[in-house]
Amino acid sequence: MSYLTINQLQKHYDNYHALRGINLSIEEGEFIVFVGPSGCGKSTLLRTIAGLETSSSGEINLDGQEISELAPAKRDLAMVFQSYTLYPHMTVKENLSFALRLAKAPQAEIDEKVRIASTSLQLDTLLERKPKELSGGQRQRVAIGRAIVRQPKVFLFDEPLSNLDAALRVQMRLELACLHKQLGTTMIYVTHDQVEAMTLADRVVILNAGQIEQVGTPLELYRQPKSRFVAEFIGTPKMNLIPIDQIDNQGDRLALSVGGGKTSFSVSRLQEDINTNSTLGIRPEHLTLVDSDGDLSGHVELIEHLGSEAYAHVRLSNQQRIIVKAAARSRIKDEQQVHINIDTDEIILLNDSDRVISMIAEETVYD
Amino acid sequence: MTLTQQKKLKTVLIGSLAWIIALVLFFPIFWMFLTSFKTEAQAIAFPPELFFKPTLENFAIVQERSDYLYHAMNSVVISFGATIIALIIAIPAAYSMAFFPGKRTKDILLWMLSTKMLPSVGVLVPIYLLGRDYGLLDTRTGLIIIFTLMNLPIIVWMLFSYFKDLPKEILEAARMDGATPWTEVTKVVMPLSVGGIISTGLLSIILCWNEAFWSINLTATNAAPLTAMIASYSSPEGLFWAKLSAASTLACAPIIIFGWFCQKQLVQGLTFGAVK
Repeated sequence: MSYLTINQLQKHYDNYHALRGINLSIEEGEFIVFVGPSGCGKSTLLRTIAGLETSSSGEINLDGQEISELAPAKRDLAMVFQSYTLYPHMTVKENLSFALRLAKAPQAEIDEKVRIASTSLQLDTLLERKPKELSGGQRQRVAIGRAIVRQPKVFLFDEPLSNLDAALRVQMRLELACLHKQLGTTMIYVTHDQVEAMTLADRVVILNAGQIEQVGTPLELYRQPKSRFVAEFIGTPKMNLIPIDQIDNQGDRLALSVGGGKTSFSVSRLQEDINTNSTLGIRPEHLTLVDSDGDLSGHVELIEHLGSEAYAHVRLSNQQRIIVKAAARSRIKDEQQVHINIDTDEIILLNDSDRVISMIAEETVYD
Repeated sequence: MTLTQQKKLKTVLIGSLAWIIALVLFFPIFWMFLTSFKTEAQAIAFPPELFFKPTLENFAIVQERSDYLYHAMNSVVISFGATIIALIIAIPAAYSMAFFPGKRTKDILLWMLSTKMLPSVGVLVPIYLLGRDYGLLDTRTGLIIIFTLMNLPIIVWMLFSYFKDLPKEILEAARMDGATPWTEVTKVVMPLSVGGIISTGLLSIILCWNEAFWSINLTATNAAPLTAMIASYSSPEGLFWAKLSAASTLACAPIIIFGWFCQKQLVQGLTFGAVK
């Protein structure tokens, strides 16, 4: 059995079904990220694991013990909140030691644990300060330190970086990754930022409307989304979704008429049947602008230069808009006619109920 | 007129208006203070004299005739007693309503406030009879009970709005850290809202100190606080303006001085919703 197992977890608010039968197994030492749009239930799930919300039904097992009926403090979990939640009337040292003092730990042990945590988080010179005398990053470090000193079985993070500015967020993200390596403790992390999800997670759990859409490594989610929701949610800019107008079976190849153009791939890759209600999905980075004879054609409506790359917003000949990633120094101008090639290795196909039709990749790159 | 001149004029006008209102509000107190140093003849003289030879005679008479210090002590015991008891009841009440609101919490709050909408005199007879049957008439205990109940709604309301402003997540963090409801209140909620609790307490003390209706009706000599003492100077024997003023000045002085020292807390407490 896994370290943390969630079984058929349900959560009802008065008229709102927040969690709809969550099943999830987490191994010891894993870094799990819950991600999803606002209101998908990711925070509720984390808070239910923490015990700050009670579940309506279902089980949560941690290290062989059923914990869903235990008080938050008895679950052996520590949580870091979005708004730091330091005790403003206590010094950094008192903040760090609060839980241990409540648990009546011996003073020597408290001092030792506070020392270790504060050293590893570079807080040792700030121990006598009050939270209001600290910067945002320092406050969040204290909040993390407060979790570390308790040596919990699992760390829970509820959007811990979203109150920080962009530069600090990147730095703290790295620090969190290092911390996980150093401690090796199981961590569950909630975020709506997919960069955080992709970079930190061993496995990402994508939630949508109170249900788990898909669980997988960041690359699995990127390469093999199982549904339209995941396909669109992961990746910036969003995956282009182009309806298929016509399907032409040409022996061993299948030709699809899409967006006023055509593309084809080997029939043997298809694991299921497709029909004209299907949709083709292709990421902007898997489309290439070519001088002539592309699979698709259209005119550039707008080009966004990001420095390291550029995104061309192209209106296809059938009037659909798609985004194509272009080289940073691309000379393309607005209103220019362009041709686009599709990397057929990277396409996904969605059936009419928005599930991904399974295909075998021509070469399996991820592991 | 230029824009700068207009702005200046506006400042002057608003400033003068504020001064006029302040002076109008302050005038009766000033007049009472002045009268307390006059003789009875000067006090009723018309036109009133602004310049006169002050006398302390009235204060001496008040102390001699009605034992000012005894009544002052009554006021202190009753005000502080009622405030402390009310806080002890109100803190957990406000805490539970702020952090664990139920479906009817808002109704309960409104209902509590509605009890303040009744005219006190409407329940004078039943309260008087209850006081008589339980031997609480003219006792400090009796007034403490009445004042506690009288101020509870306001105290609960003030504390409720103060607690409501505390970030809920801090309490959740404390709960994760292993705080019991008791340690949560004593180690986190109370230290964080100490300013609010103090200003609420101050307001309650002032309200108790200045309360006259129940003091006059439920006490005679033993438990009469200062407000009842003042009232005794508007007696059937005739009005003694100078002595009445002296008694009033003596009754007001402690609470005004007290309020002066605590004005920072008071202002902070009464405007916390707006400032935060």
